[in-house]
This record gives sequence, structure tokens and C-alpha cells, in this order.
Amino acid sequence: MTTFRNLDRRSFLGTTAAALGAAALGGLARPAQAAGDLSVGFIYVGPKDDFGYNQAHAEGAAAVKAMAGVTVLEEENVPESQDVQNTMESMINFDGATLLFPTSFGYFNPHILELAPKYQDVRFEHCGGLWAEGNPTNAGSYFGYIGMGQYLNGIAAGHATKSKKIGFVAAKPIPQVLNNINSFLLGARAVDPEITCQVIFTGEWSLAVKEAEATNALADQGCDVITCHVDGPKVVCETAVSRGAYVCGYHADQSPLAGDMYLTGAEWNWAGVYTDLVASFMAGEEIPNFLRGGLADGFIKMSPLGPAVSDAGRAQFEAVKAEIMAGGFAAIKGPLKDNAGNIIAADGEAFVETDVKLESMDYLVDGVMGSTS
Amino acid sequence: MSAADQIPTRAHLPGARILAGLALRAEAVAIPLAALLAGFAAFSLFLLVMGKSPAEFYGLVWKAGFSSAFSWQNTLSRVAPLVLAALCVALPARLGLVVIGGEGAIVLGGLAAAVTGTAVAGVPGYAGLILMALAAMAIGGFWIGAIGALRIRRGVNETISSLLMAYIAIALFNYFVEGPFRDPASLNKPSTAPLAEALRVGDMPWIAAHWGVVAGVLACLVSWVLIDRTTLGFAARIAGDNVRAAQVQGLPVARLVIGFTALGGAFAGLAGFFEVAAVHGSANASLIAGYGYTGILVAFLARHNPLAILPVAVLLGGFEASSGLIQRRMDLPDATILVFEGMVFVIILLSEALYGRFRIFTPAFWERR
Repeated sequence: MTTFRNLDRRSFLGTTAAALGAAALGGLARPAQAAGDLSVGFIYVGPKDDFGYNQAHAEGAAAVKAMAGVTVLEEENVPESQDVQNTMESMINFDGATLLFPTSFGYFNPHILELAPKYQDVRFEHCGGLWAEGNPTNAGSYFGYIGMGQYLNGIAAGHATKSKKIGFVAAKPIPQVLNNINSFLLGARAVDPEITCQVIFTGEWSLAVKEAEATNALADQGCDVITCHVDGPKVVCETAVSRGAYVCGYHADQSPLAGDMYLTGAEWNWAGVYTDLVASFMAGEEIPNFLRGGLADGFIKMSPLGPAVSDAGRAQFEAVKAEIMAGGFAAIKGPLKDNAGNIIAADGEAFVETDVKLESMDYLVDGVMGSTS
Repeated sequence: MSAADQIPTRAHLPGARILAGLALRAEAVAIPLAALLAGFAAFSLFLLVMGKSPAEFYGLVWKAGFSSAFSWQNTLSRVAPLVLAALCVALPARLGLVVIGGEGAIVLGGLAAAVTGTAVAGVPGYAGLILMALAAMAIGGFWIGAIGALRIRRGVNETISSLLMAYIAIALFNYFVEGPFRDPASLNKPSTAPLAEALRVGDMPWIAAHWGVVAGVLACLVSWVLIDRTTLGFAARIAGDNVRAAQVQGLPVARLVIGFTALGGAFAGLAGFFEVAAVHGSANASLIAGYGYTGILVAFLARHNPLAILPVAVLLGGFEASSGLIQRRMDLPDATILVFEGMVFVIILLSEALYGRFRIFTPAFWERR
């Protein structure tokens, strides 16, 4: 029982006395930190081992931790309320943080917008927000075109499905989620135009019970490849695999959860993004206030293809991936209708991945079964 | 015990009467305080098992929660919603009702405040803010008052109904925020339209915490006067102790139940108003932060005494303010503070059994000196 190793009286007295001594001297033992180190704070809305959104950021933070001259501060499960303002101020005031990565969407408005003018010397880098002219200049937002990753997921799914029905467990009908659903189906339709995608919205970013129910409902309806856009894909993955469905991952690598049933996954590559940002911050270079990037920029990456992907699937996947890497690729292109029959893109019209119009998407394309309201 | 002991004698010690009067009050302070210390001791054992230093832990709690102006700002900014949510539990509790659904009144109050805010954008001065607060209190009062009415008119268990009504409230909230009242410009985070700058509640001049703290203090004072210093409160306490006796006496039990639950709900609604007007600036899913549930703990720890709610909420706010520093400095998971609070609370609740067991706290002990 190694956990009890510190129960003996001597070490208890020792640590207590040492800590009391340190407290009495006015400085509570700080973590080892060389003078002049840059303190970088990472704030997560959920647990940092959620196999999803937060883990992807925590992996990025781990990469920053390995950089020389940087101290990383982390805090998980911080709600998008007054709490996050308190956490940011605590990191600034107690730990001297000068670069913050508050990673949840809801941290931006009003919390970062409120604190940034108060702490002019601190840089606030926010994931997902839409920084606009007039916002504080010591704040910025970054995000990745992960819809392309879901398009590639769709290609792997299109080759794997036998029932020609694929499924999507989604949190909320907001543009970032709708773009992923549409891209997933359009990727699959690039393989076989008869494929349909059933979507179920759970209404919350993290609601394990509903996510399991939704996955089961999709399996019951015959969907044999399932992906998702919720904060932690763990429940969806494990439930889908237990029902014999293939899984396409999201946010982080879920292959340890799905094993051979894992086709591929659309992952964030925050390790690359964060080490770059921290390096330019340390070098005193200017960081753009509005930063976006895709597969080619190293903002997102794909999980290695699983053993269930056929050779034909592998070939098409790699070919399309190369096309996306070359730039200018559009998943949403005409002729295309939404699933209510309205025209989204006329023949010859295309919305490339960088098009800002995609950031206000409010429709599901033809072939997606589900409704945005 | 000799016969002489049975005969009441005059107090011998000077000031013994005062001591006798203080004895009962001292009990109400000494027992929770001792329980708090016992809770700290129990959690220290837990930390030692984890191989961490208790001294460092308590040092960090002190540093993050109470040691400096910034710590107090961090602590107090959590206090306002906790105090108001706790009153939503404490007021009905004086009538013997266990209402645990304050969260519903908070989110609906916040929604009402945000929607009223867009409607009164042109109203001059503080009138707009007052209208928003009134709307929030009205809906909160209606929501929890309905639970009281269901209890007294239909015999529906108020604990279950308030909990379930909180789920309904959150579902309604989500529907309205994502549907009819959604600001079309709020793309990836459905919200109501942002409030005008004139309709925002600012910070107090002496510390960076919003005016909700003052409102919470006032609400506690009003509740204390109502319960301890008015006939209405007296009637409510009788009904809470023995509802049959109250009915036989001809006390308006039904009106008391509905009135007290509605007042508690109004305070919870007010918490929603402050969250929207002082913190978020619009109503959105971030409002569902669980203050209504933490308020239950505060109220029970304060033994439903409105004046005790204040120090308990400050203590709890300080504990929660230290959560981040403990995660960062001690490499402990964020649940550590929950374990800590849980252990302290269980021991404080156990200490309820100690009341009346110590002769030192009885007036008779002092009168005989």
C-alpha cells in the first residue's frame, strides 16, 4: 500500500513543520520556478482527461511545459461564470502569469473582454471566439477549420458503412457543430451519394446519459458508423463499439477506446499551435488577434487510419487529404440544397474552408436527417 | 442530587444572569466552530494519506481566500448568489419545508431580467434596473411559491417537486434562450440580446465585487427581522414546529407557506438578476452554474438562520476561491475542495446531535454559580 507511505509520524511532523516554517517566513512554497520564467496559464471548462475537447488542449499545454524557460499553470473544471474571471486574476496575481489560454468558448464574452483592459500587460489568447475590431488588443482568438477533418472522417465512414446510414451525436445546433455534421455527410457522399446521416442533438456539451441514449438510438436505426461533436466523445465511442458500430473520432485520439472499430478521427493539434504561439510571445513578435488555420497550417490533424479501413478507402482518404493540404478545398459546393429543399449553393458556387460565411451556418444539408430546431 | 439543589436560588456570581443569557448563544457558536475544527483535522488525515502537507493546504486556503484585498475580492464575488440561493432554502425551512430547487428560480429570474432589460432599454436612470430586478423576483417568487402552494393545497412533497421543477425551469430557460429570445448575432453560444451599458450593475467602490453582495446582506437582515422580530415570523416558526397546533390556533398556515416560499424564490430570482446584470450581460447557458445547489449547503450549515448564512457563505466562497491555487500549487485534482467541503459539512451536521448535551451551555449552570 504505497499510498499510506506518508502516514508515519516522523514524515508528517517533518512536512508539517517545514510547511509551517515556510508559511511563517511569509512565502508559501512555490513550485520550482527560475527567475524570469514565463508563466503561461491554461484554463479548461471540463476535466483535462476527457478524451475530448479539454484533453486536446491539455496535450497542447503538456507540449508547452516541455519548452525551456516556461512554467505552465493549469486549472480544470472552471465554469464559464464569475469563476473564470477569478481564476484568470488568480493566475495573474498569485503566479505572475502573463500569457493566458482560457480555452472554452464562453470564456470570451464577457469574461476576457472584461479583464483584458484591466491587465494590459497580460496577453489573453482565446480558443474559438470571434475577435473583432474594437475588442481589446491584448486579447486574441484562434481556431481551426476542423470541418475538413470531419469531411475526411466522412470518407472513411463512406467506405466502411454497409447499411449506408451513418450517425452523428451532436451537442447543440450552432454553426461550428452544423458545419461538422454537414462535412461528415458530404465526405461520405463523395464515396456513395446514397448515404444518409442521422443526427441527434443532446442539447448540452457534456451530458453522458443523453449521449449514450443518442448513440443507442442511432445504432437501433441501423447506423453502422458513428461520430460526434460533444466535449468528451468517450461515452459515444464506447457505446458505439459495444453496439458493433465503427467510430470516427473527434477532438482527440480515441483509438484507445474503440480499438479495431476506430476508423480515423479529426483531432486538434494544439501542441503545434501552442508551442508556436508561446515561442513568438517570448520572442516579442506580434501575434495576430484573429488567427485561423487548417490541416495544412498544422492546426488540425487526422488520427492514423485504423485496420478496418479498406485499401480503396485508404487511397481516397489520402488523395482528398492531399487536395485539402494544397488549399482552396470546399466541402460545401453547388449544386447543394439543405434538407428542407432550400438552395444553399448554386451550380458552380463553392464555400472554401476559410469562408467566414461558414461561421454563421444555420442549415443541415440534403441527406442529413434531423432538424436544427 | 439533594433536595436543596431543586430549590431555585438567586445567582451568586456577579453578572451570572448575563452569563446565563449568553450560554445558549455561546452554544450556537461554539459547537459549529468546534465541528469546523474537527472537520479540518479529519481532512488533514485525508491529505496525509494522499501524501500531501495539510499545513500547505490550509496556508493556500488562507492565502487564496482571505489574506489580501484580491483574495477577498475573489471570495466575495462568489458570495452574492450563494447568500440569496441559501435564503431560498432557509425561509421555507422555518416552516418545516425542504425546498431544494432554487436553481430553477435563479435561471428563470436571470432570463426574466435579461428579457425585461431589452424591453426597458430606453427607461432613464435606475428605473430600468429596478424593473429588471422586480421581474426577476416576480418570476422566482412565482416559481417557488407554486411549490409551496402545491404542498399546502395538494399535499405534493415540496422536496421532490422543487427538484423536478428545477429541471423544468432549466429546460424552459434553454428553450427560450435558444428560441424566441435568442439574439441572432449570438452564433456559437445562444444568448439573449446583450444588455445596454446603463443596465449593467457595477462593482462596489471599495472592492472589485458587484453590488449583489450588499443586496445579499440586506436580504439576510430583512429575513432575520421577518423571522425573529415580527408576529408573522413567530407564526411561521410555530407552524414549522407543529403545523397542527398552528392550525388549531387559527394561524393562516396556507398563506404563510405560500408567502415564505415565494419570498425565498424571489431572493433566488434576484440572484439570477445579479448574475445577468453584473456578470454575464445577457442570459445564456453559463447561468446554469449550480449556485442553487451550493445554496442548500449554506442554508443547512447556517441552520437556516439568515444571519448565520452570511459568515457561512463567506467561508464557503473562500474555500472555493482557493480551489484553483490548490490545483496549481499542490497538484491535487479540482475535486479536492469538494472532498474538503464534504468532510467539513458532514461533521458539522453530525454536531447537531450535540446541542443541549453540555451543561456548560445551559442557563441553569450559570445561574447557580
